[in-house]
Amino acid sequence: MTWETVIGLEVHAQLATKSKLFSGSATAYGAPPNTQACSVDLGLPGVLPVLNEEAVYMACKFGLSINANVALRSVFARKNYFYPDLPKGYQISQYELPVVERGNLLIELEDYEKVIGITRAHLEEDAGKSLHEDFQGLTGIDLNRAGTPLLEIVSEPDMRSAKEAIAYMKKLHSLVRYLGICDGNMQEGSFRCDANVSVRPKGQETLGTRAELKNLNSFRFVERAINYEVDRQISILESGGTVLQETRLYDADKNETRSMRSKEEANDYRYFPDPDLLPLIIEPDFLQEVKSHLPELPNDKKQRFINDYGLSAYDASVLTASRELADYFEETVQTSSSDAKLCANWVMGDLSASLNKYNLEITQAPISAAHLAGILRRITDNTISGKIAKQVFELMWDGAGNADEIIEKQGLKQVTDTSLIEKIIDDVIANNPTQLADYRSDKDKLFGFFVGQVMKLSKGKANPAQVNELLKKKLS
Amino acid sequence: MSLQKEDVEKIAHLARISLTEADIPLYTQNLSNILALVEQMNSVDTTGIIPMAHPLDATARLRPDIVTEVNQREHFQQNAPQTQAGLYLVPKVIE
Repeated sequence: MTWETVIGLEVHAQLATKSKLFSGSATAYGAPPNTQACSVDLGLPGVLPVLNEEAVYMACKFGLSINANVALRSVFARKNYFYPDLPKGYQISQYELPVVERGNLLIELEDYEKVIGITRAHLEEDAGKSLHEDFQGLTGIDLNRAGTPLLEIVSEPDMRSAKEAIAYMKKLHSLVRYLGICDGNMQEGSFRCDANVSVRPKGQETLGTRAELKNLNSFRFVERAINYEVDRQISILESGGTVLQETRLYDADKNETRSMRSKEEANDYRYFPDPDLLPLIIEPDFLQEVKSHLPELPNDKKQRFINDYGLSAYDASVLTASRELADYFEETVQTSSSDAKLCANWVMGDLSASLNKYNLEITQAPISAAHLAGILRRITDNTISGKIAKQVFELMWDGAGNADEIIEKQGLKQVTDTSLIEKIIDDVIANNPTQLADYRSDKDKLFGFFVGQVMKLSKGKANPAQVNELLKKKLS
Repeated sequence: MSLQKEDVEKIAHLARISLTEADIPLYTQNLSNILALVEQMNSVDTTGIIPMAHPLDATARLRPDIVTEVNQREHFQQNAPQTQAGLYLVPKVIE
């Protein structure tokens, strides 16, 4: 039988506010335990939550950027469950009336595009952290994270493979960073994902029973966990069994998912409207204000790169994957006054390769856009060849200074003096009589050899175009 | 709709309330009465009426995104039965 995979994702994006969703505590990551947990976050009696305007602003930004309906009236609800890192005994979330409803996101795969529906996005507060080690059989509780604003973004079950799920997640990750509403740091848990996965016989309308996968804190884990889970479900169904609806935890070390069923997993959260909070009303003026401050979105930027810089769709797509990379590229083009395609090749080629090699983000690049532009200016005005430029790039990466200093100090300036090049060519020809004879009997074969020798003798500095031209003349 | 003994036990567990066997009939009756009242309300035609989210006819006031709280850990932890390294300690919860 042919099986079809059905995936829906729930992404929790931590909003980049300074203070918490309902209190004036700081949200900075990594502070000593419980130093950013005030009476509201601790759920002490007599306190009242007051909603953070910036979090609402950010939720609206997100809603507008995915063509969704931003609800003019939404309601906060209590989601009730008991756990020590949730001191109030409930999480304030939104249930029946979320702030964002019915949007969509275009994802791009190697050979096709697809629109993924976004059911809803709602505001909610995060819980604290439980530490289970080293406390003589007790659990340590840090409530710094309690009350931190989250936007939970729920997709439709529109994805049909782990690859589509990853493409969606990456697109969303890029979008929230473009919007400046989430730092996207997955290691620190600012961008987390749960996946609802099921399979059904191809052609069947009704959905199969799903498992909810938790603990997917990297793009790679999402892909692996989904693939593992799909195989598991298919083999259960093919051997005549039934898939249970349950929550499963992904274990990255073993690369498997395992059930985390417990009595608590009755999922009976008994939601009801939070009597401490009044309905959230978003005025049309407020929404208009958000709209007028929306940054250029990834798809618009990509289109502009294609139109204004004459880049291919592929190049434009790579360069607009993050706002920082796109900014770096544009700054390079503007300060180098060089061909955009040349800039694109360097940013996507040598620069990206070096960043990958040292596991750095574009914002951590040791070579600034202005410095890279310095190299490209010297390629464009023929001071150095593309090959020498790579040497300059490497020296610059290691902190040897700006392009002109490196070229000067290392004597890398391109040799364009015809008589000097001719002299080198004469030497090469005089030293290689056998090759010369071979060349003259079969022209196609050894031309590259002579070019190589000339370049070697000039230490790579001879202008390649001139070498080609002069060699042809001399050898014939 | 009237509740069964098992329903009451489940509700008590979710609310972390411990009930004795002797308590259960009384709670079953009282909770069933509440549901009967809800059923009575269900018979009213509410077509076109927006569900009330709050009895006060007012809307949420928003707070500017400013950090206004200072660290009062020592103060708060005086109420805690046990702390260590800045953490609140509680009985182990992992299974």
